[in-house]
Amino acid sequence: MDWYPLWNSLRIAGISCIIVFFTGILFAYYIARLPRMLKAVLDVILTLPLVLPPTVCGWLLLLVFGLKHPVGRFLQEFGIQLVMTWYGGILASAVVAFPLMYRTARGAFESFDETLEWSGKTLGLSNTFIFWRIRMPACRQGILAGTVLAFARALGEYGATSMLIGYIPGKTATVSTTVYQLWRTNDEAGAMKWVLINLAISAVILSIINFSEGKNRQARRGV
Amino acid sequence: MSLYVNVKKRLGDFVLDVEFSSEKGVSGLLGASGCGKSVTLQCIAGIIKPDKGKIVLNGTTLYDSQLGINLPPQERQVGYLFQNYALFPNMTVKQNIACGLHYEKNRSMRKKAVAEMINRMRLNGLEKHRPRQLSGGQQQRTALARILVGQPEILLLDEPFSALDSHLRDQLLVELRDILKTFDKDTLIVTHSRDEAYKLCNTLAVMDNGRILSMGDTKKMFADPGTRVGATITGCKNIIEAVKAGDTCVKVPAWGITFDTGRPVRDDLCAIGIRAHSFYAEHWGNHRAATNSFPIRILEEIEDPFEWTIKFMFRDQSPESDAVWWRMAKNRRQTMDLPDRLAVDPKDILLLYQ
Repeated sequence: MDWYPLWNSLRIAGISCIIVFFTGILFAYYIARLPRMLKAVLDVILTLPLVLPPTVCGWLLLLVFGLKHPVGRFLQEFGIQLVMTWYGGILASAVVAFPLMYRTARGAFESFDETLEWSGKTLGLSNTFIFWRIRMPACRQGILAGTVLAFARALGEYGATSMLIGYIPGKTATVSTTVYQLWRTNDEAGAMKWVLINLAISAVILSIINFSEGKNRQARRGV
Repeated sequence: MSLYVNVKKRLGDFVLDVEFSSEKGVSGLLGASGCGKSVTLQCIAGIIKPDKGKIVLNGTTLYDSQLGINLPPQERQVGYLFQNYALFPNMTVKQNIACGLHYEKNRSMRKKAVAEMINRMRLNGLEKHRPRQLSGGQQQRTALARILVGQPEILLLDEPFSALDSHLRDQLLVELRDILKTFDKDTLIVTHSRDEAYKLCNTLAVMDNGRILSMGDTKKMFADPGTRVGATITGCKNIIEAVKAGDTCVKVPAWGITFDTGRPVRDDLCAIGIRAHSFYAEHWGNHRAATNSFPIRILEEIEDPFEWTIKFMFRDQSPESDAVWWRMAKNRRQTMDLPDRLAVDPKDILLLYQ
């Protein structure tokens, strides 16, 4: 059996999850400080990929990074081609998974007790220390939930990915595009195999979420 | 003078405009909630940036709008005790305290200072506990330890007891007073509780609607608050409009009586205050020559745990005006019968000018 789609899906989801982790937190942190109007506008733009059909996202990405369009051509000058390459999948999954990380992180930051930040400042602690050692641990649960959700979403990404990088066996094939391709070509058994793998991965992810939530509840009770 | 504050700040409809310099020891800002006392404290700590003004602490300018100085909170060396103590929930007691000493790079020095502070604040045995496992009093001591270990130039306490159950307050008040005695710099306390202000502060400023109305020695402020708001906030229950009616006399039209205050009255007098505890019944063994003794009519008796609160009206009082409050400790009530006259000492009549 060819395991390439699994490996490709995992690396695309893993890398885009890392990217989304940092950008999501960064945006969540700074947008919370903006004036209300600007915040509302940016919030809509950044959340859009969550409500748009993934194929629309894919189409918009092609509009920017397609080889017939300026940005795509410009990148190609440097040997970077995001269309029909496996790393183009990172872009597609990251765009689609970003709102999940951004929104959960923002929710977590909003429920953060700001007096902790101020007390850290009056104690002379640096902003970096306050962010990583006080704010992040306090928002740990939300951040973790966001990360897992973003990873799961990136792993299951189909629409934008198939638009941007298509399906080339051994090159751009991911688990989800493979399931579709095998079903389309009447390979029921092959499709079933990948469906089972998908179910197993989803079960593991859900268990991780539940386990971490349970642990957090315990921690809150002071056990 | 250790702290000089002169700030203006507009927050929506609210305008804060205060100028004061704190005296040695423990000073207090007393005022109802929303009067701007906490905002003042936050301006000093650098949490809120004033619109204009100047803040100087022990010779260091923390803020000066004309010179464009606005030190970040980190550089102000201000110890700020938050209402909810703001302990870091993910750290142990020991780690929390060590946060106050992060600038000390020498590990053994830091360890020693933290251990000393744990001893001083009687937190032994709790080093490994998380804040949520501590009682309110322990949380307060941990927060104080975290602040004091960094040797701040001033201690700012924002409603230090509001997060505690009332039965804990009295004991912790005494504790806090002892801790403040060992602190060699000055302290500024913000509170709405007259008890806390009276027990903790040497000097007191009464605030109302973003302004400081009066400032002075705490005992004096209670004995002679000088303003209506000052009288209300120090717990005076009976405040009534009055006019001057002679060199030492004031007339209260609504009560239909004239009091002798035993001291010169200024022309701009607008009201008088009489504390509920100041009334006394002449015939209950009190053989003072009662100067201000008037016939009264009892309206209502209210039993409190350790006190009686009695509402009454003077005989000629206008029916539209509020009942007058008289309070006495239970053991002072000698008979179940209530007197038909009450008197008040001339010195117990507060002259209010604003």
